[in-house]
Amino acid sequence: MSAHEPANPPPQRLGVAAESATGETRVAATPATVRQLLALGYEVVVESGAGSASGFTDDAYRDAGAQIGEAWHADVVLKVNAPSDEEVARLRDGATLVGLLGPNQNKDLLDLLAQRPVTALALDAVPRISRAQSMDVLSSMANIAGYRAVIEAAHVFGRFFTGQVTAAGKVPPAKVLVAGAGVAGLAAIGAASSLGAVVRATDPRPEVADQVRSLGGEFLSVDVEQERSTDGYAKATSEDYDRAAAALYSAQAADVDIIITTALIPGRPAPRLITAEDVASMRPGSVVVDMAAAQGGNVEGTVAGRVVVTDNGVTLIGYTDLASRLPAQASQLFGTNLVNLLKLVTPGKDGRLVLDFEDVVQRSVTVVREGELTWPPPPVQVSAAPAAAPAAPAAPVATKPSGLSGRVRLGLVGLGMLAMFLLVAFAPAQLAENFTVFTLAVVIGYYVIGKVHHALHTPLMSVTNAISGIVVIGALLQIGHENAVVTALSAVAILLTSVNIFGGFAVTRRMLGMFSKGR
Amino acid sequence: MTYTTAAHAADLVAALLFILSLAGLSQHRTSRAGVAYGIAGMALALVATVVVAAQDISAGAVSLIVVTMAAGGAIGLWRARRVEMTQMPELIAVLHSFVGLAAVLVGWNSYLEVERHGAAQTLIGSDLLRIHHAEVFIGIFIGAVTFTGSIVAYLKLSARIKSSPLMLPGKNGLNVAALVAFVALTVWFTVSPSLGLMIAVTVLALLLGWHLVASIGGGDMPVVVSMLNSYSGWAAAAAGFLLNNNLLIVTGALVGSSGAYLSYIMCKAMNRSFISVIAGGFGIEAPAAQDGEQGEHRESSAQETAQMLAEAASVVITPGYGMAVAQAQHPVAELTRVLRERGVEVRFGVHPVAGRLPGHMNVLLAEARVPYDIVLEMDEINDDFTDTSVVLVIGANDTVNPAATEDPTSPIAGMPVLRVWEAGHVVVFKRSMASGYAGVQNPLFFRENSSMLFGDAKQSVEAILQALGTLDPSPADRRTKAAA
Repeated sequence: MSAHEPANPPPQRLGVAAESATGETRVAATPATVRQLLALGYEVVVESGAGSASGFTDDAYRDAGAQIGEAWHADVVLKVNAPSDEEVARLRDGATLVGLLGPNQNKDLLDLLAQRPVTALALDAVPRISRAQSMDVLSSMANIAGYRAVIEAAHVFGRFFTGQVTAAGKVPPAKVLVAGAGVAGLAAIGAASSLGAVVRATDPRPEVADQVRSLGGEFLSVDVEQERSTDGYAKATSEDYDRAAAALYSAQAADVDIIITTALIPGRPAPRLITAEDVASMRPGSVVVDMAAAQGGNVEGTVAGRVVVTDNGVTLIGYTDLASRLPAQASQLFGTNLVNLLKLVTPGKDGRLVLDFEDVVQRSVTVVREGELTWPPPPVQVSAAPAAAPAAPAAPVATKPSGLSGRVRLGLVGLGMLAMFLLVAFAPAQLAENFTVFTLAVVIGYYVIGKVHHALHTPLMSVTNAISGIVVIGALLQIGHENAVVTALSAVAILLTSVNIFGGFAVTRRMLGMFSKGR
Repeated sequence: MTYTTAAHAADLVAALLFILSLAGLSQHRTSRAGVAYGIAGMALALVATVVVAAQDISAGAVSLIVVTMAAGGAIGLWRARRVEMTQMPELIAVLHSFVGLAAVLVGWNSYLEVERHGAAQTLIGSDLLRIHHAEVFIGIFIGAVTFTGSIVAYLKLSARIKSSPLMLPGKNGLNVAALVAFVALTVWFTVSPSLGLMIAVTVLALLLGWHLVASIGGGDMPVVVSMLNSYSGWAAAAAGFLLNNNLLIVTGALVGSSGAYLSYIMCKAMNRSFISVIAGGFGIEAPAAQDGEQGEHRESSAQETAQMLAEAASVVITPGYGMAVAQAQHPVAELTRVLRERGVEVRFGVHPVAGRLPGHMNVLLAEARVPYDIVLEMDEINDDFTDTSVVLVIGANDTVNPAATEDPTSPIAGMPVLRVWEAGHVVVFKRSMASGYAGVQNPLFFRENSSMLFGDAKQSVEAILQALGTLDPSPADRRTKAAA
């Protein structure tokens, strides 16, 4: 996109394409996100029937302000899944394609795209930095999938999740093991524990233990040193770790009723966590949901997209479309992520998509730019990733030295006392008396005020203000004695301090009258 | 029992009543009784003093007393009834100035009654005369500093002059020089009293008071106002020494030490020493180190915020001076009521230096009928943010700045702040991305769990209220969401 465009170019058209992959129920924009896209200045064209599987009718899109028509002719095509070869051919020259392109897995697709003068933005290449979280489709889809995995397991599982004591006897709670506490794993932990199950979780990253606990899960740690992740994603594990983990999984498999595995390593096949022997050791009726089935599976014996029942009655669920099984919400979250990305690349809110390669997010998602392959991007360091936080020592905070040492303090108190003693001892009787009264009053004042409730600071100030109007006494004692000047000055002082006394007390009463206690 | 002994006894009783008054104000439960004690003490002291004074002055003078007191009282009651709660800082400041001015006038009167007559005077014993000279000076000095200081504070608080700190070259030197000059003048005056010296010390103190407060910025006003409160007490105590009146001494000392204690609390809440506040504002040493941690902020709409609030289990509102400026306390209270009716737990977290007066936010919220038991202090609420769904930051900035705890190079490092960023989500109500009083950028705005709601706080809150009204009240739905 060049900087030499005319001053007021027409807005670009966004096309929302219908998904062609079988079983895909999501859509890249919902009527709600269409409104937000329109607010960015774009025109929006939705392919007829694009939202029907998610429950959004063409009329709903029309009401939101979109046109129904040919989406693939638009300047920017929004899609959930990677396009088929025919769909790539339908892109017009200079168009931009946005979707889950899977640049790591679909090398061929990238090459195909790069043969055309088009630009392609891969939503699954959003770097895991805080700023980009609002565009992180993988996280929002994993969240849905994790929830759905629990629901699928519960559907097949022939028992309650929660333990109950009924008149007909006691029901023990289901035990759920979640392998991998990423976004999907955490969602699964939260969903399973809110259904009442006993939830355990494993993860090579010990720093996620707190997150697991916060969702009601128990963290099972594998006590082997692990390398820390710098990009927010899990890394391949060491051999020692794998051996210890395998023992842990074997022990757990025999004990739990449901296993949900979520272990994925970007760009590599899914690690094998649960062996066929582990599955064989599970009780009949147990359920295993392998969320990594599409990448080869964490569990031996799962088949991608299918449900398999083993000889000993364990159900292995290998669905790869878990997020699509909640289509309306998945589409809404996907669409919102997309809107956030488009906000970033539409700096003028004028319906013109402009890529800025200086920006690390835009650089990362752009896999093809005007026919030129730009994948893979330079690596991004996630400096503020929550994963790295526990390792850093607590930030040093500037603290003041905590007061004076005991001896110095004692010495100062002694000196002060001596000074007081000398002052009073050598002062004329009247001053000594005044001074005694003054000193004791200061001390009393300090102790009386020390316990004041913070909410009453202002009333306290206005009352002390009224009380300090006591200086009126001075003027009262002076008035009428000397010449007219003294009397006049005294009268002024009386006038002013009377304002103080009456005003101070009155406003305090008014304020205190306002304070009321709740239910 | 003579009139004089009775008056002495009355003084003691009045002093005790004042102590009871201040003690009563430490608790909500006893606060109204505290005010009653104060009024009783003051009435007793005034009646006793007027009765004693009436013994040896003319009827005309007595009626002058009655008339001026009635006039002053009427003005005071009128102002007290009319003042807006957002204007409390101004009112308090202007009342302080009255005490200061009265102390100056008493000091001058004392000079006119005693020193002006030279050796011919008979009121003060010759052994005490020198001390009296010094007392006159000290009384006038404190009173005059309080007077002009309060006037400047009033002008700043009511936005009649700019609230940014005045930066005279060598301002600390000026203050020290003024103090040295005061000591020198006092010594000179005790040796040979003269009218010229009286004028000199009054002018000097008036200038010092003006300069002291003029060089302190708006955000430090809680300290300044409580400091002036303290000064007005010391001024009364000094008048007590001058007139050998124990009631004045006791009362002045009570007020003086209470104001000093409040100043101390305020300074502690900013992690700064009293001296550094008096010596002038932030931003002098370290306006650097502002880049680096910045990033992009996200904007939120009233609609989204309403949705978020409706789905929240618990909400904490942290108000700041911006809420007072926008007069947003009433819509905020209404929002609190609506949310509590929907079953959302709503509480307030108040930083000690929020606003321009110690306890300012509490008074504003009380005015809007927010129950005081859901208005919590920073220390009471700071550990609860982790369990809070949504925090609304309304017109606060430096008091919720994570840089204070996380960035040792920040100018506000070490200042205790409300740890709002630990909550699930933070919505910051702000007019723009401008930095706060301390001139420090706030990394909170760029946190992933923060969003900004730009605009006038009052209008924003009203828009949220409207949006909430259109939402379907469905507590069951909310509960499942909170659990998931």
